[in-house]
Amino acid sequence: MSGRAIEITIFVVLFAVVTVLGFVAGRWRRANLDHLDEWGLGGRNFGAWVTWFLMGGDLYTAYTFVAVPALMFGAGAAGFFAVPYTIVVYPLVFLALIRLWSISHVHGYVTPADFVRGRSGSPAMALLVALTGIVATMPYIALQLVGIEAVLTTMGIKGHWPLIVAFAILAAYTYNSGLRAPALIAFVKDALIYVVILVAIFYIPAKLGGWNTIFSAAATKFDKTPNPADGILLPASGQLQYATLALGSALALFLYPHSVTGVLAARSRNTIKRNMAALPAYSLVLGLLALLGYMAIAAGTKPVVTGTMTSVTGTAIGPKTDGNTVVPLLFDQMFPSWFAGIAFAAIAIGALVPAAIMSIAAANLWTRNVYKEFLRRDATPAQEARSSKLASLVVKLGALVVILALDPQFSIDLQLIGGVIILQTLPAVALGVFSGWFHKGGLIAGWAAGMISGFWMLWNIPQLVFTADGPQVVREHFGGSAFKLSELGFNTQTSVYVGFIALLVNVVVAIAVTALLRATGVAYGPDTTQPDDYLVERGDPRVHDIPELTASEGAGGT
Amino acid sequence: MSQGAPSRPAVPEPPRPGRSDRSAWYWLLLIPLLTVLYPPLYNHQDPELFGFPFFYWYQLAMIPVSVVCTLVAYFGTRGPKQVDR
Repeated sequence: MSGRAIEITIFVVLFAVVTVLGFVAGRWRRANLDHLDEWGLGGRNFGAWVTWFLMGGDLYTAYTFVAVPALMFGAGAAGFFAVPYTIVVYPLVFLALIRLWSISHVHGYVTPADFVRGRSGSPAMALLVALTGIVATMPYIALQLVGIEAVLTTMGIKGHWPLIVAFAILAAYTYNSGLRAPALIAFVKDALIYVVILVAIFYIPAKLGGWNTIFSAAATKFDKTPNPADGILLPASGQLQYATLALGSALALFLYPHSVTGVLAARSRNTIKRNMAALPAYSLVLGLLALLGYMAIAAGTKPVVTGTMTSVTGTAIGPKTDGNTVVPLLFDQMFPSWFAGIAFAAIAIGALVPAAIMSIAAANLWTRNVYKEFLRRDATPAQEARSSKLASLVVKLGALVVILALDPQFSIDLQLIGGVIILQTLPAVALGVFSGWFHKGGLIAGWAAGMISGFWMLWNIPQLVFTADGPQVVREHFGGSAFKLSELGFNTQTSVYVGFIALLVNVVVAIAVTALLRATGVAYGPDTTQPDDYLVERGDPRVHDIPELTASEGAGGT
Repeated sequence: MSQGAPSRPAVPEPPRPGRSDRSAWYWLLLIPLLTVLYPPLYNHQDPELFGFPFFYWYQLAMIPVSVVCTLVAYFGTRGPKQVDR
């Protein structure tokens, strides 16, 4: 059997095993999947170490294996922002998440929109938070699909088929079994991933001649490119961008519906605190996996060519390559075929599961905070479940549209653009757990200002390719997520993460409008929360289990 | 704080949590942010370690720092021992 054939066989076998398990999960415990609760949330009851193992496995997604290394391969040091991102995210959200847990367990909140309605007294703001959460999840799912697509492309499946196949598998998988599917195969997935990671970070550098060789090869490559901003160190003008990318991504992570659900499902505040402390250990592995991008450079990996790149004026620039194929190709080069097949399966399954979790969480958000709230107040459980199944499908279709319409140079931009959107819920959700000072009018105005400014900035970011003749514009709009401050009139080369600026605009407007509304005596919406509610721990009589969340997946991955 | 909230009816209050979220331990959580959110601090090549330029090994080294800070904050604010399985 040829190497390629072995690879494909092992990949298909592993994938089939996992997929079959996913469908069989639908029969597990003979639950009635026509109930939203059963479809929307799986069932699991494991101890602390097992949960840590499983949560850790969930963190390794297409972001880790495909997007970040691809950015390192193409742009250099800028891609390493994922490490400071994961360093700051846990201390940053520590206090906010335990308070969110408390308030949700007193009042029975299941989604961020539930909390916002209770705190701000504004159904309108809650609706905006729900819709934002649903839309922001789409680019994030898109990123996972792109990861699966990259693996299939590397294995030789040509044209548009990889994406279509990836989409079809994901859709079928979640439609049938709901969250029980990822819960059941978590062990298989995580074991595969850990094995691949361990081999990748020890075996490949050894085979390439050590870290010195790897960094030198990368430095040499970036010296040769016409782009002045790439390199194994950051250019001076890229430092602010780096810090705001890390901080912006960290602020955004736990605002996603799937992350909130994971947090609310924890047993207690202490469980959350403990996990926040233990999870950063994974950052170490993430950092080493990011360096797969440089290992690919040292190994001479050439990404798959998918067409020709032309500038907006029509001139051909060169071959269009799919940077996402860099890590699958590296594995293909460095591993024996049978192990490459395992590695491909690990990446694809590792992308499939978070995509499933994200689409289910977004679907639940739709059903609970939009469908049941505004469209059909007396929905039966069967109607709710059907609404969720359809919403899940729509969200995945949205992800597909995002991929086809945006087609960014770096797939990580998909997640960063999603971040621009979800960050606009920060004042209502994250600041709301600390203070009810923000007026509902201020929150809504801030949200609008943030969304409009965010989209304006994204619209004004072209995709540039650096050639010997200087930068050529390949796409005029939505070319990335780094906004040049010179567009605002500043005389500087520095750029900043769009999400960060949009958030600042949001907060400033929210403060200004709140101050105005207070001064003119406009009444606040009713705040049904009490200050002490934010402090309770399990054991307090006011805390009760939330039936819809009694057992669900842990916090979603990056 | 919140405005316009209806006042609670007069029922006996449940026992207070006995803790606020104002612990001094939480200041520790700022340290990880200070170590990595200022790139000029670490954006250079030397000194290298095991073939890694400073930019890379410094950030990786800050991970255990973050873990320690978060762990200490957890232990410091854990509250009375509970059956927490």
